[in-house]
Amino acid sequence: MSAVIHEAHGHDGHHDGPPKGFTRWLYSTNHKDIGTMYLVFALVMLFIGGGMAMLIRAELFYPGLQIVNPDLFNNLVTDHAMIMIFGAVMPAAAGMANWMIPMMIGAPDMALPRMNNMSFWLLPAAAILLLSSLLVQFVPGTGTPVNTGWTIYPPLSVQTGLGMDLMIFAIHTLGISSIMASINIVTTILNMRAPGMPLMKMPLFVWAWLFTGLLLIIVMPVLAGGITMLLFDRHFGTSFFDAAGGGDPVLFQHLFWVFGHPEVYVLLLPSIGVLGLVIPTFSRKPLFGYKPLVFFMGFLFALGLVVWAHHQYTIGMSLGATMYFMIGTILISIPVGLMIFNFIFTMWRGAMTFETPMLFGIAIILMFSFAGVTGVMLAVVPADLQYHDTYFVVAHFHYALIPGAVFGLYAGVFYWLPKWTGHMYNETHGKIFFWWTTIGFNLTFFPQHFSGLAGMPRRIVDYNIQYIEFNQISTIGAFIFGLSHLLFLYIIIKTVKGGEKAADNPWEGSQIGTTGLEWTLPSPPPFHSFTTPPKIN
Amino acid sequence: MSKSKSLLAKVTALLLPFLASPAYAEYALNFPEAVAPLTQQMYDLHMLTTKIATIIMIIVIGIVTFAILKFRKSKGYNADQTFHKSAFGTWSWILVPIIVLGIDLTIAGSASDALKQVEDYSQKADVTIKVIGSQWKWTYEYMDDDIRIVSNMLPKEEAGDNYLRAVDNPLVLPTNKRVRFLHTASDVLHAWWVPQIVYKKDSIPGYINETWTNIQKEGTYRGQCAENCGTGHAFMPIVVEAISPEKYDAWKAEKKAAMAAAAAEASADKTWTKDELMAKGEKVYTTNCVACHQATGTGVPGVFPALAGSKIATEDKPGHIDVVMNGKSGTAMAAWANQLNDLELAAVITYERNAWGNNTGDVVQPADIKSARK
Repeated sequence: MSAVIHEAHGHDGHHDGPPKGFTRWLYSTNHKDIGTMYLVFALVMLFIGGGMAMLIRAELFYPGLQIVNPDLFNNLVTDHAMIMIFGAVMPAAAGMANWMIPMMIGAPDMALPRMNNMSFWLLPAAAILLLSSLLVQFVPGTGTPVNTGWTIYPPLSVQTGLGMDLMIFAIHTLGISSIMASINIVTTILNMRAPGMPLMKMPLFVWAWLFTGLLLIIVMPVLAGGITMLLFDRHFGTSFFDAAGGGDPVLFQHLFWVFGHPEVYVLLLPSIGVLGLVIPTFSRKPLFGYKPLVFFMGFLFALGLVVWAHHQYTIGMSLGATMYFMIGTILISIPVGLMIFNFIFTMWRGAMTFETPMLFGIAIILMFSFAGVTGVMLAVVPADLQYHDTYFVVAHFHYALIPGAVFGLYAGVFYWLPKWTGHMYNETHGKIFFWWTTIGFNLTFFPQHFSGLAGMPRRIVDYNIQYIEFNQISTIGAFIFGLSHLLFLYIIIKTVKGGEKAADNPWEGSQIGTTGLEWTLPSPPPFHSFTTPPKIN
Repeated sequence: MSKSKSLLAKVTALLLPFLASPAYAEYALNFPEAVAPLTQQMYDLHMLTTKIATIIMIIVIGIVTFAILKFRKSKGYNADQTFHKSAFGTWSWILVPIIVLGIDLTIAGSASDALKQVEDYSQKADVTIKVIGSQWKWTYEYMDDDIRIVSNMLPKEEAGDNYLRAVDNPLVLPTNKRVRFLHTASDVLHAWWVPQIVYKKDSIPGYINETWTNIQKEGTYRGQCAENCGTGHAFMPIVVEAISPEKYDAWKAEKKAAMAAAAAEASADKTWTKDELMAKGEKVYTTNCVACHQATGTGVPGVFPALAGSKIATEDKPGHIDVVMNGKSGTAMAAWANQLNDLELAAVITYERNAWGNNTGDVVQPADIKSARK
């Protein structure tokens, strides 16, 4: 518990309110407004990416070609991944960071407010590029659509048409945006903490974002380099990835996964941070191990950077290299296992209540553990030579990323919605959404483990009749899962518009075990959070 | 009335697969039966990790359920604010990582044994097959026997329930012999995978990857291309016929004789009639060209060019021969010079110049191809 002293807001002559009109948003340097824009952007992208997923599943309801042609199908697969990763999850996590980090650490705003504005406004531009890479195929003469999957492996990605160039520029723009956002967040965390808040007292969400930001700054340039080389191979006659010109197609896979594997932790860590606040709050008991959790996040950060080639066991590496990547990958179970252990024993001997954020928290513990154990199965090279590129992998990473990243963000939305809007959401609606979406999710992805084991490869538009049962269950699940988000949207709009007035601190246990200052502000917080640095005793 | 009836019919059609359908009543919940020592070892490893995973999940779900039921505020339970400072809170951070590490090392131990088997190339192989992936078919070269098989997907009418898992010319292999596969690709990445007999290694242009197997049981084994290779990725099945070594030797002799006959026919200085070439050409076209240019010669707009009415297939004859033989760089059009013989090339070009209303009347003879090869 912390006692905070800060000056009262809104005394005479103090102009505190936001500017009026669209310039409030376009020129905004305010961390809350930019955070809101990030979150709204992510929500829009969630619906676009989700729509694509439902189209994919609808096509797979029956064997044969019904709705889309093979190229459009794999283009949808590609864009679904890109939009969900770069458009939905990362901006949503960045939006929460923008909103919460300055308030948690007692800063007046982000360290670099103008850069903050730019890093957001690059996103709509990138989204337009990304969507045009999908739509450009309907213009004649633009070549093959981006039918490569999100890994955009050459030589296939060299064959594709104009869509791939738009995709490359979209990824560049998204990358610049993420790097700027990360620099901003890391700088804020390191420089703007209120007196009396050392690093080891920061709320876990702040720690999680410190690691996330650093990871992005390290790995994003690698991807940018890789796709620039790809662009040169496509248009300027180089042969970085063309064996006929002395290049190496596998080099791109290494560059991609040096980025791609840490990217998984970029998606995951902010949600682990949210969980580190939600579980203690609703267990009314401090985190079982604060220091160990920070340590294991750091461990995961470091290990995540050096195990990338477990996505490429089938490329024919040497026995020694394969063995190294296998053992490194299996060892990831230690930090991840200890995080789960930590959350379970935070609940142990607590006084739990089960509001929506806590329900998501518990669901994450169970379902993310499941992704963890299938992850260990996949790490085992000889078995992976069978699992690789089947639906087993699809099931595994959706279990990792939907509970691990997306549900963590949902928990965050419900946890902070009262703080952001000043209104309580309807708890019954929240609980219905939780059960609806969790059942839909499991119905979609659990059967995919079996179709994968039976031999169904990924990224195929048409499948043999033997896989029909699990695909149909999966499609029905996908529609249940997808449609539940209409309720999510309704809850958010309703809470923003009105509802029961939320207290400054709406959750009984929110101050247990965290020194965050966000609950000391009114709900909703004033336009400028802390005009003078608060003191923490 | 009729409206509700058609709705009912639709709903029934939708639910039909769930009701009674003996044709696909068998749920495959696990890997198909392994018929080679390596795939058996992989299956055992898979079962070991599955069991460990199941036990871990039971423990996690058990502890969480117990906690949810017992430590509830609604039951008047008071939170133990010093639990993390207890002896358990201190020592568990040492004990639990040791337990997890123990499980990890158990798995890694069995895995590395199996991995060494996978990567053991010390034994001499009895049969070596070069497997070449190309968009969208497989080519098998028997390295010791000069046999070459091109394997294309069978259309739905012929494949029946095995559609997408059936081919015209399967790879034929002997049982109880060590078979070595050398994987490569001619255009983009592919992955050759037949789960029952051999695991996957990617086919990469410019690379040779190696896998091996020793099939224990005669039978037909099916698989599919596992690495996304573009438009036809879903339509690139693999079938292996495993037969006894005696039958295999007989098959080899027969195949060689057939190939010699075809080669003799192709290189004979015979002048073919247009009808003969058209008939042969249609066959070659259906096997090799249909995936992209379509049976109607219309291609796929914006993706694969049409041949019907196209300039190259109606006017520029030397250009047409050149594109078919040498491909077109920067596109999916492959070079066929080394994949088809003179007769096949002549036939397919003749066919393209006379089918679908391309009535040029042109006839391309094997001799024309022979001179174009120089």
